[in-house]
Amino acid sequence: MSGPALHLAVEIDGDGAHPAAWRRAAHSPDQLLSPRRVARVAAVAENAGFTLITLDDGVLPPGAAPDPVGRIGAVERAAFVAASTSTVGIAPVVPVTYAEPFHVSSQLASLDHISAGRAGWVVTEEERPEAARAWGRPLVADADARARESRDGVEVVRALWDSWEDDAVIRSLATSRYLDRERLHYIDFTGDTYAVKGPAIVPRPPQGQLVVLGRPDRVPAAQLDVALVEGRDPASLTTAAAGAGAPRVFAEVEVALDTPEATAAERVADLERHAPWQDRGRLRHIGSAEQLVALLSDLSRHVDGVRLHPLVLDEDLAVLSRLVVPALSERRLVARPLPGTSLRSTLGLERPANRFAAAAPSGQEDAR
Amino acid sequence: MTRTDPLDVPRPHAQLHFGVFFQGVNHWTIWSAPDSGSQIDPASFRKVAQTAERGLFDAFFLGEGLRLREVDGKIHDLDVAGRPDAITQLAALAAVTRRIGLVSTSNSTFNEPADLARRLSGLDLLSEGRAGWNVVTTDNAWTGANFRRGGYLDHADRYRRAEEFLTVARALWDGWEDGAVADSAGAPAWSAPGAVHQVRHKGPQFEVDLAPTLPRSAQGHPVIFQAGDSGEGRDFAARNADVIFSAHGNDFDDALAFADDIRRRLRAVGRPDDDLRILPGTEIIIGATEEEAEEKKRWIRLQQVTPATALGIAGLLWGIDLSDRDADGPLPKEDPVVSENDGSFGARRIADPRTVVAEWRAKAEANGWSLRETVIALGPQRGHVGTPSGLADKFAHFVRHGALDGFNVTPYLIPDGLDDIVDLLVPELQERGVYRTEYSGTTLRENLGLRAPLTHRSAADRRQAG
Ligand SMILES: Cc1cc2nc3c(=O)[nH]c(=O)nc-3n(C[C@H](O)[C@H](O)[C@H](O)COP(=O)(O)O)c2cc1C
Repeated sequence: MSGPALHLAVEIDGDGAHPAAWRRAAHSPDQLLSPRRVARVAAVAENAGFTLITLDDGVLPPGAAPDPVGRIGAVERAAFVAASTSTVGIAPVVPVTYAEPFHVSSQLASLDHISAGRAGWVVTEEERPEAARAWGRPLVADADARARESRDGVEVVRALWDSWEDDAVIRSLATSRYLDRERLHYIDFTGDTYAVKGPAIVPRPPQGQLVVLGRPDRVPAAQLDVALVEGRDPASLTTAAAGAGAPRVFAEVEVALDTPEATAAERVADLERHAPWQDRGRLRHIGSAEQLVALLSDLSRHVDGVRLHPLVLDEDLAVLSRLVVPALSERRLVARPLPGTSLRSTLGLERPANRFAAAAPSGQEDAR
Repeated sequence: MTRTDPLDVPRPHAQLHFGVFFQGVNHWTIWSAPDSGSQIDPASFRKVAQTAERGLFDAFFLGEGLRLREVDGKIHDLDVAGRPDAITQLAALAAVTRRIGLVSTSNSTFNEPADLARRLSGLDLLSEGRAGWNVVTTDNAWTGANFRRGGYLDHADRYRRAEEFLTVARALWDGWEDGAVADSAGAPAWSAPGAVHQVRHKGPQFEVDLAPTLPRSAQGHPVIFQAGDSGEGRDFAARNADVIFSAHGNDFDDALAFADDIRRRLRAVGRPDDDLRILPGTEIIIGATEEEAEEKKRWIRLQQVTPATALGIAGLLWGIDLSDRDADGPLPKEDPVVSENDGSFGARRIADPRTVVAEWRAKAEANGWSLRETVIALGPQRGHVGTPSGLADKFAHFVRHGALDGFNVTPYLIPDGLDDIVDLLVPELQERGVYRTEYSGTTLRENLGLRAPLTHRSAADRRQAG
């Protein structure tokens, strides 16, 4: 593979991966939901040279009291951040267990237009029964049913992105036509639980298709651009990566780093007094920046990227940007995204052909 | 021009408010001129919003349509089409504007309260209190074909659903007490115990049970707009809205009658009759002289009503496909075909085509008009045409007599169509004392001069205001 061996993504929801992270944040709790805070974290990640930021979401509160119970929708945050950044990729988490795929498709396509092709989508599920009651929709009870909703949701969203061919807007003075309706397509999706007609109301996104990220055990690998794989140790991560089957594979890595003020272990212990850092089956690095650089260098032989989940954003992001990213770039393992480059091209993914254009080449402009 | 305040008018100190309606689908936005910009490029949205903000406009406004328009089962291909999701686009604009309100048209039929209320709150927080929601209803199964639940909801039920939707949304927006979140990292908990309330709602349209995830914004709630014209729609507005986006802004008598009707409906539901702002949609065409303005209008109409568009509009009226006729020739000889459902969605439906056609024939004959000229002359009349000072006098008269509170301007060109208004008309209005010289507040609610959200008023407030 040409280009850098490792792409760096970072999850920037809330104050960090630990539920009590807010207790070590550099701002007061009531600033978490302010636009300044949202913009600042994204700016720090962009300046550090990350390829991608992701923003977690779901209809339920992000945590339970006494920890944060507030969160602005990921798509709204992503769009806000897109307008104030210029190179970093931006991928909101959007579950499609209950949401309307037509709306999700429009929102994400719009995000790609707004960011000039820097948008991605992390597909997740609303797993808890409370989510159904919040949506006011019948419960999608088991893992199979949720997987079906994810599969159908991704299928509809992707089909709608293709429902306008790239050159559907023709502005033909000769025929007075703004659109070439031959280059617009009904998707006529019929799944097990619903049907969607199309076409989209948003023209095809700049990237053609946004970069879709998700867990290969939840979303069929064929629907993913980037598989997010987990494992508690490098060996199991390597195995998971080998079987992922998607064009790109990112490893999920939780990190707590030594800072000038305290060691990583001390920082974790401090937060553990308040709440446990839930084990999600992910590789966890608690230690120095140098050790993390070594770990990521090793991982770079098996995966195309990592998504980092920092313990406390205000503390760990600073160390990542001062020590970790520079050391990795010195080793030519990572490169910062270039201005004017789409997320797809940064990841070395091709801009996909339009499925409908391939099936039905458009007619001659003047033949009608 | 006189500088003295004419105090013998009903509202001597009334102020005009402007919004800009960035239209997504219509034939009034000219796409064929050399300076017609992109309808989807983020730079177009930024330019229009920032120009409006330079002109001290109250609001930047986006419409919504959840299915591409069709005529006779075919996608309508003559007009601009293809637009971003409104809330997503507005969240981006929140980052590059400071004072202008950001109003999303969002459907209460094809959304769910937990989701939409949260998106709107997010926009409200990211813009620090500048969000608005234009509540629209759709009842056609045709739009429903894009959604999980498919086509549903009788015409009669759409405002019932809208009202219950708003009830749930407001409960969610009020779910956090003010100051719920700690102001220091040393606090025992992130949010004060008991300050976040579970919302449980069980009604004919919705059954939801959830913990809201957002605090109130600087303006309390997003400002509620309404844009429907039926009696039901007006009553819904009187009960719920802060602003009406009306279609009654061209003719003074018509505008005044509409405003009086709304004031009557407000009093009937126990609200003060100055509790709502009425902002009709309009087009404003400006020239250095009256003749120049009229000349510009002629050019604009010919760009808007192309031969194909003229045939399309006439085709809807006649109920016949006229696309192969000559728009520059005479009116079709056939009688209109009257049907219950004309098969066109998202396009105008004409109540009584026979009478209209008869009138068109008579006027076309008397004036020697072609079909296209007839469509232009007798189609819906829109907007105001004149010199900056003439328009300023006229608008001052409208607002001081209580016929409206301002306009939601639909520019005929994107992205530069507001420049004339901001550079030439606004200063004339300011000179007459009917337009602000700086934003009066930081939130949309403050700039519109609105009272607190309806659910935040105490009984005493209501009595006093009434
Ligand atoms: C000035 C104006 C603008 C409107 N804009 C929209 C819009 O952007 N999207 C939409 O779905 N409906 C829009 N509507 C339609 C109304 O919300 C409503 O559905 C329609 O007027 C029918 O309701 P009624 O029977 O109460 O008049 C608009 C209506 C008016 C008067």
